[in-house]
Amino acid sequence: MYIIDRRRDASGKSIGNRQRFIRRARALVRHAVREASKDRKITDTGKGGEIVVPVDGVHEPSLRRSSKGGSREYLLPGNKSYIEGDSIERPPSGGGKGGASADGSGEDEFRFALSDEEFIDLFLEDLELPDLAKRQVMGEGKEQPRRAGYRSSGPPASLSIQQTMRKSLARRIALRRPKVEEIAELEAQLKQLETEGGNEDKILEIREALKRQAKRSIAIPFIDPVDVRYRRFEMEPKPVAQAVMFCLMDVSGSMDEHLKDLAKRFYSLLYLFLSRRYRYVEVVFIRHTHEAKEVDEDTFFHARETGGTVVSTALEEMIRVVHDRFPPGVWNIYAAQASDGDNLPIDNEKTVSLLKTSILPLCQYYAYIEVGREPEERRRSVEPPSTLWRAYDMILSPKLPMAMRKVRDRRDIYPVFRELFERKSNAATTGA
Amino acid sequence: MTTVTAGRDGPLLYKDSDWDFDTLSRIYDGVAEIGDELKLDIYRPRIEVITTEQMLDAYASTGMPLFYRHWSFGKQFVRNETLYRKGWQGLAYEIVINSNPCVVYLLEENTATMQTLVLAHAAYGHNHFFKNNYVFKQWTDADGILDYLAFAKNFIADCEDKYGQAEVERVLDAAHALQNQGIHRYPGKRQMDLRSEQKRERERREHGERLFNDLWRTVPETPGGKAKKRATERDRRRALLGLPEENVLYFLEKTAPRLKPWQREVIRIVRLISQYFYPQRQTKMMNEGCATYTHYEIMQRLYDRGRITEGAYLEFLHSHTNVVAQPDFDDRRYYGLNPYALGFTMMKDIERMCVDPTAEDRAWFPDIAGNGDPIETLKDIWANYRDESFVSQFLSPAVIRKMGLFLVTDDASEKDLSVDAIHDERGYMRVRRALARHYDVSRHDPDIQIVDVDLEGDRRLELRHNVVDGVMLEEEDAERVLQHLANLWGYEVHLTEANDKGDISTRHTAEPVHPFV
Repeated sequence: MYIIDRRRDASGKSIGNRQRFIRRARALVRHAVREASKDRKITDTGKGGEIVVPVDGVHEPSLRRSSKGGSREYLLPGNKSYIEGDSIERPPSGGGKGGASADGSGEDEFRFALSDEEFIDLFLEDLELPDLAKRQVMGEGKEQPRRAGYRSSGPPASLSIQQTMRKSLARRIALRRPKVEEIAELEAQLKQLETEGGNEDKILEIREALKRQAKRSIAIPFIDPVDVRYRRFEMEPKPVAQAVMFCLMDVSGSMDEHLKDLAKRFYSLLYLFLSRRYRYVEVVFIRHTHEAKEVDEDTFFHARETGGTVVSTALEEMIRVVHDRFPPGVWNIYAAQASDGDNLPIDNEKTVSLLKTSILPLCQYYAYIEVGREPEERRRSVEPPSTLWRAYDMILSPKLPMAMRKVRDRRDIYPVFRELFERKSNAATTGA
Repeated sequence: MTTVTAGRDGPLLYKDSDWDFDTLSRIYDGVAEIGDELKLDIYRPRIEVITTEQMLDAYASTGMPLFYRHWSFGKQFVRNETLYRKGWQGLAYEIVINSNPCVVYLLEENTATMQTLVLAHAAYGHNHFFKNNYVFKQWTDADGILDYLAFAKNFIADCEDKYGQAEVERVLDAAHALQNQGIHRYPGKRQMDLRSEQKRERERREHGERLFNDLWRTVPETPGGKAKKRATERDRRRALLGLPEENVLYFLEKTAPRLKPWQREVIRIVRLISQYFYPQRQTKMMNEGCATYTHYEIMQRLYDRGRITEGAYLEFLHSHTNVVAQPDFDDRRYYGLNPYALGFTMMKDIERMCVDPTAEDRAWFPDIAGNGDPIETLKDIWANYRDESFVSQFLSPAVIRKMGLFLVTDDASEKDLSVDAIHDERGYMRVRRALARHYDVSRHDPDIQIVDVDLEGDRRLELRHNVVDGVMLEEEDAERVLQHLANLWGYEVHLTEANDKGDISTRHTAEPVHPFV
C-alpha cells in the first residue's frame, strides 16, 4: 500500500479542457454579453457580472428516451396512506425538476461570473475593438487619499478597531492570558470547596492558581499599545474628478429600436470611456421631438413619441441643465447627439447658431452620431446627406471640438468612436 | 453494546481530527486489519492525497486520473466549480478507480475520521466489489485501464497535432453523442472477421458443390421466388455485416466507408471507455451498498475495539446517516431512490436474515435465512449479481415495508396516475419486479439497432428504435445525434421508431452535411 501526496503536483489538469470549453463557448458568451448589455443601464456597462449562457449551445446530445408520453413506472419510497388501486392526480408538468433523465442528470443553464475586465473585453469584442483607452483626455490632476494598509501610529480618527482587536486577540492567545471564564470557574470551585469544607491542600492549590491567574491578567493587558493599529492613507494623483455626459436623442417616430440600440451602444461606449478617466460621471438624458425634456434612462430609450423634430429644443434644454447644475468651470462636459438626421429646415439655422455660440464653448467635446439602417434595408447605397448633417457640416472645422459620423451597424460604433476621440487628441498633440 | 476501554485491542488510531502521513498509514493498517478479518479480497490500493482543485479536475474527467482532452470535460469543470464555489454542492470525500492497483483519492480537507471512513469505503468496499463482481470481471481489465487511458490521451493529442484540434473535436463530439450506443451488452458476441468469413464462405461453397444436383434446375420456380431471392439476398448481406447490430460505434469503426484510420481509432477509444464504464452503470446501487456496508462494519468494529474515540464514532455516524438518508417521495429533497440507502438497507437486511430470521424470511429466502454467516453470504451476492438481479432476488418484504416502497404507473393516455402496488402481501412481488426493471440499464437506454445497409447500393444506413411502452426518443436530441451519425457514416441515415407490432410512428433522416473525409 502506498500513500502518495499529490497536493504539490501541478493542479489545473483541466486547464486544457477549460480552454477548449471556453473557446467553444466563446461565441455564446460574447452573444450573452451583447444581449446583457442591451438591457443594462448605461452606467452598468463596464461592470462584470453573471452571464447566462444557454445550455443549448454547449449541449451534448444523446439518444435517450423522451421524458413525455408512453407509459412508465415509478417506484417511490415513503408511502403513507396510498393503497393499491388509488389514483393520484397527475402533478403539473414542468414544475420542479422536470426533464431530469433516468440517470438524474438534468441540465441547467450555464452561469459564468465575469469580472469587470472580462466583461469589458467581451463587450468590446462584440464591437470588434482592439483596445480602448490609451488616449489622454486633457484635464488637471488632483490628489486624493487612498487606503494603503495599516500603521502603528496615527490620528485617533483613523483608529482601526477591527485590526487592533485582531492583534490583541492574537497576543492574548499567544501569551495565554487567562480567560474570564477560567477565573470564574476557579472561584466557583474554591467557593464550593470552602463551603463543603473540602481538602485543605486542594483549596490552597486553587487559591495559589487564582493568585497566579490574577497576576497574569494584570501583566498581560487586554489591549496593549503594541496592538493598536491605524488606517493608513496614501495620496494618489487622480485625473480630474468629474464629468458630465449629455445624451441627446431624437425620439420621434422614425427612431426605431435598431436606431436606438445603436445610439445606446454609442452612449455606453462613451460612458465607459469617461468613467475610466473620471471619478464621477454624470449622465443626463435629454430627448426631444418638437420639444425637449430631461428624462431618466428608461424613458429615454424605451418611450417613443410622435411629433415634429426640432433639434434646437434639445440644445436649449442642455444649456439650461448646464447652467442649473453643471458649472463649466468644475465639470468636464461632453455631449453626444444621436439622430437619424431629420430636422425641420427652418430650425437648422437656430440649431447651428446655438451649437456654435453656446454649446461648443461649454463642451470638451461634442459628437454627432447619425444612425441609419442596416445596408440591406437601404434602398440606395449612396444617400444624400440629411438636413442636419448638411447643417452641421458647414460649421465643422478642425478647431472646433466637434465631430460627426454615420453609424449603421453595431460593428461601426467602435471605429467611429475611436476616430472621434482620436482626432481630438491628434489635433491637440500635432496641432500644438 | 460492549464497554469501551480505549485501546483495548490496540492503541487509538488517532486522537483528534488532524492527521499526517503517519496517522494515515496507521489508520490504513487499522482498517486493513478488519478488512482482512472479513476476508475481503482487494486489489492493492494506491492512496493519493489531493486538493480540492485536483478533486474538481478529477470530477471533470469522469474521475479518471488521466483522460484525453475535450471541451465537454471543461464544461463539467466549469459547472462543478461554479456549484462548489457557490456552496451548492459539496465535493465527494473520495474518488476510487477500478484499476489495479486500485487508486483511491483522499481529499486533504477530510478529518481523520473521514479519512478512516473513506479508506474503509473505497479502499476496501469498492475495491472488493470491483475485483470480485462478475460484471466487472467480464468486461473490464483493471490491469490495463490506466495504460489504455495513457495511450488514448497520447493518441488523441497526437491527432490534434497532426490534424488540428477542431478536426479531432468533431470526431469526438460525434462519437460522444453515440457513446451509449457503443456498448456490447452481451459477452461473447463476436464480429466475424474477414479471414473467418472467407473460410466460412469457402466451406459454404464446398458444401453447396457437394449437394449440387443439376436436376434442381429443372424444378419449376414458385410464384414468390423472385421476392424470396431478394429477401435471402438481404438476409445474406445483413448476416455478412453482422446485422442487426446495436453497437453503433463498433459498426462505424469497422464498416463506415469513408473514415480514415485515425478517425476509426478515435471512435474505438470512445467505445472502449464507454464499455469500461458500462459495468459501473449496472452495479451502481450494489457497489455503493457494498462500500457503505463495508465502511459501516469496519467503523463499527474499530469503535467496539476502542481503536477510535467516541467523538470520532459520532462524527462517523453523522456522515454515514447523511449518506444513507432516503427522503420520502413527498419530501422536497426527494431526488429519486438513493443507491446508498437502498443498497445499504438491503445488505443490512440480508445480514439480519442470516443471523436472526423471521418466519417470513424463511419462507422467502430459504437458502440464506438463518445460515449464520452474513459476511460470506454477502460476498457471494456481491460477486454474482448486478443491481437488477440483486433486487429481483433479494428485495425482501421487510425492506419494502421499511422503506414504504410503492409502485405508481403513469400512462400518458390515462388522466391520473395509479398506485399499482404497495407494501402489502399482494404487492411485494410486483414492487420487487418493478424495482428490478428500474435497475435494468438496458431498459433506460433506448433499444436502437442498425438493421440494414446496402454497401453496394445507396449505402443508406437503416436504424430502428424498438419502442418499449410507447416511449419515443427525445426528438430534438435524436435529430442532432443522427446528424453526427450521418457525418460519420458519410451517407444518408434513417431512423425509424416502431413498436413490437411493427407500427412505425416516426422516421428521422439525416444527410451528411459535413462528412469526415
